[in-house]
Amino acid sequence: MLNLRPGAVTVRTMVVGAALVTSLAAAGCSGASKASGGASEGPLVFGISADPTQTLPYLSTSTQSLQVLGQIYSTLLNTGPDLQPTAGLADLPKISGDGLTYTFTLKKDLKFGNGSALDSTDVKHTFDTIMDPATKATSASYFGSVKSVAAPDPQTVVVTLKAPDASFVSALSNVNTSIVPSDVPAESLTTKPVGSGPYLFESRTPNQSITLKANPGYYQGKPGLPGVQFRIIADEKAMVSALRSGAVDMAVFDNSVTAKTATASNVKVATVDQLNFHVLQLRADAPVLKDVEVRLAISCAIDRKQVLDTAALGAGKVTGPITSPAYRSDPDSRPCPQRDVAKAREHLAKAGKSSGVSFTMITSQGLYSTAVNEAQNIQAQLKEVGITVKLETLDSNAYVQRWLAGDFDAAIALNGGSTDPNTMYARYFTSTGSFNKVAGYRSATLDKLFAEGKATTDTAKRKEIYAKVSQELEDNAAWVWTYTGNLYIATSSAVKGFEPRTNGDLSTLWKATMSAA
Amino acid sequence: MSVLLMLTRHPVLRRVLEAALTLLGVSVLTFTLLRVLPGDQITASYGIEAGALSPEQLADLRAYYGLDQPLVTQYVHWLGGVVSGNLGVSATSRQSVLDMTVAALPNTLELAVLSIAIGLLLGVPGGLFAASRPGATRDSGSQVASLLALSLPTFLVATVVSTWLANTFGWNPNGEEFATLAQDPARNLQQMLLPALVLGVSIASPVFQTARASILAIRDEDYVRTARAKGVPSRRLQYRHVLRNALIPIVTIGGLQFGFLLGGTLVIEQIFSIPGIGRQVLLGLNQKEYAVVQSTVLVIAVLFVAVNLATDLLYRVVDPRVRAE
Repeated sequence: MLNLRPGAVTVRTMVVGAALVTSLAAAGCSGASKASGGASEGPLVFGISADPTQTLPYLSTSTQSLQVLGQIYSTLLNTGPDLQPTAGLADLPKISGDGLTYTFTLKKDLKFGNGSALDSTDVKHTFDTIMDPATKATSASYFGSVKSVAAPDPQTVVVTLKAPDASFVSALSNVNTSIVPSDVPAESLTTKPVGSGPYLFESRTPNQSITLKANPGYYQGKPGLPGVQFRIIADEKAMVSALRSGAVDMAVFDNSVTAKTATASNVKVATVDQLNFHVLQLRADAPVLKDVEVRLAISCAIDRKQVLDTAALGAGKVTGPITSPAYRSDPDSRPCPQRDVAKAREHLAKAGKSSGVSFTMITSQGLYSTAVNEAQNIQAQLKEVGITVKLETLDSNAYVQRWLAGDFDAAIALNGGSTDPNTMYARYFTSTGSFNKVAGYRSATLDKLFAEGKATTDTAKRKEIYAKVSQELEDNAAWVWTYTGNLYIATSSAVKGFEPRTNGDLSTLWKATMSAA
Repeated sequence: MSVLLMLTRHPVLRRVLEAALTLLGVSVLTFTLLRVLPGDQITASYGIEAGALSPEQLADLRAYYGLDQPLVTQYVHWLGGVVSGNLGVSATSRQSVLDMTVAALPNTLELAVLSIAIGLLLGVPGGLFAASRPGATRDSGSQVASLLALSLPTFLVATVVSTWLANTFGWNPNGEEFATLAQDPARNLQQMLLPALVLGVSIASPVFQTARASILAIRDEDYVRTARAKGVPSRRLQYRHVLRNALIPIVTIGGLQFGFLLGGTLVIEQIFSIPGIGRQVLLGLNQKEYAVVQSTVLVIAVLFVAVNLATDLLYRVVDPRVRAE
């Protein structure tokens, strides 16, 4: 056999190769200490999973857009710890006796980040822009009851409603209704936002970061940090690594396992409730689910805790329809607070479907992590009472399209909550609501209750009304509400002064400071 | 007709024609596939809030995004722009796709060069080493190592290694803001190190297998035995007679791997937050930014075709027989 006797040569070659790789590694490691040093002396680095897709507050829908814009812009009103409206750029409004006129008085010497004064003209401009159909603002629905906005003097804004709407005020603390300057064109704001929030826009590197600097003229006081940088780290595990290594100081997760992994001696994690709710939407408009007895059978056959435990490892709470902190539904007041297979069969028998029923349920892959698990668990639970579910797992875009078209019998959904129950459900369950076709259920009782709730400004009376709404929805099994998940706010232990709130609300981030690690 | 025949007979012109047809095919396929997928820029941007838009507002938005035009018009409009150097504009970042690509491409190119260098530096000497004693421990050991490198998914290795380094040593350069080579070479190399190593190791495996097989085939050739009988020194025999002739399949596999890397290693770029061309396509897909996806994929296809062409030309350098043809 031919012997090339290459041993010595090939080993040497390998050594040279290895040396080259090592030299690259050495070059890479040369600055390692800088990378591991944490960020306590610079701006706070807030990790977000995607680049904000919108930079105009009134057009924003993505969580990341709202997180960033909430620091750049200010709203007319703010929220307290229970997410109820408090004074913001303006004091809480004076409401006329007929509930139609809201008068807001702006604080004095308000300024935008570009130095121009913020007065009632800017508020009127913002609200008029939102209400203009040409804007296609996602926040336009909040202003459905508004007839006109007037600015009689620089400090006064008068909003006149077409009909009383008690939920109107709660919308004014939403980032979507932030005040934009009237003298800066919208196109310019798209690339260079100008707000009156605690931090001012400094720079943006698309798909990498958005850097903000402290606004010395912020109306609530001096921000606690020299700046905030929103850094885009798409991979959740990479985000955890960045937190633990000190490259990122703050991030929000909705996955309990990720949150647990992130917890370390230098990272603390706070658990807060979410307003969003997980639900099995039943379309009563679908022939197979038209009969209330069939829907009640489905509702009684589902153990919500099991869904929560299976899909989200128990990280959340079983919920009723309303998740707004001040109006929260009692999940024990539903027809079957616990799973009741016998009662489910009874309802099926009353519907004349003792042999069982069959319907199609859509769920999404990629929209949020628990959707498929929820669907499969519910499918298995319903099978035990003779209800056959044909499961259609769709990619997120296909799901959204089918959902918007109301093209399904039932859907596993994660729907957005609100601090106000009217904002949360009127569009679904009033017969003229923009999503009533998707909800697939309406009744004269609900129309009447929502109208009453909207017209009532007294909080105690509103609570009674929305308790009835909740009961009506549950008694008719309009949908099957399952649970609300937790949200986890991870912060470096160097971050002080931030108050974690429901829904990952960042309105107190301006108070946060960072001590040297 | 005769001109076309002439074109197809000339080897270089034929390659250019093939390349142009390939690119046209890629453009049609990308354009069609994007539109077959459910959803559009409106649902991507508005999410479920799209359901609250009035028919007039929806029509306005469709006109704004050019979705109201017939598909053929959309295609011709886009391709016409591309030919004249206008790759379109991202509705999200308001940047031109050309600017975005010019910014992302050097990062992908750098990662590809580093990865392929690591892959070749590990794979070729590894192949020589293993082929020097076929069947011996060094051979089987190298093959096991190579199979292991091939079997382990890069996303898993990337996640485990970066998490371990961050948790144990607090070293996580990819958590820092990305710096290009020109901005901060030291930070850039730190940020490229792990992704390049992960990709390099996975590339080393096929390079190793190809090099080993090729060397084993060449070393049994008559001319090698003759050279050895004539007393050609071992090292000269190894490099001049064996390795040089074994290079063609290695160049082929190297070229193919490099071509794939230029397309952006989507997962690795995502895990290590490298703002490269693969990540650009992914973000474009998520937002249904047709112009971003179509134009970037076309740029990737151009690069792939160019690398393949360059590989073919390289054959002529390493193999005189190809030159003679």
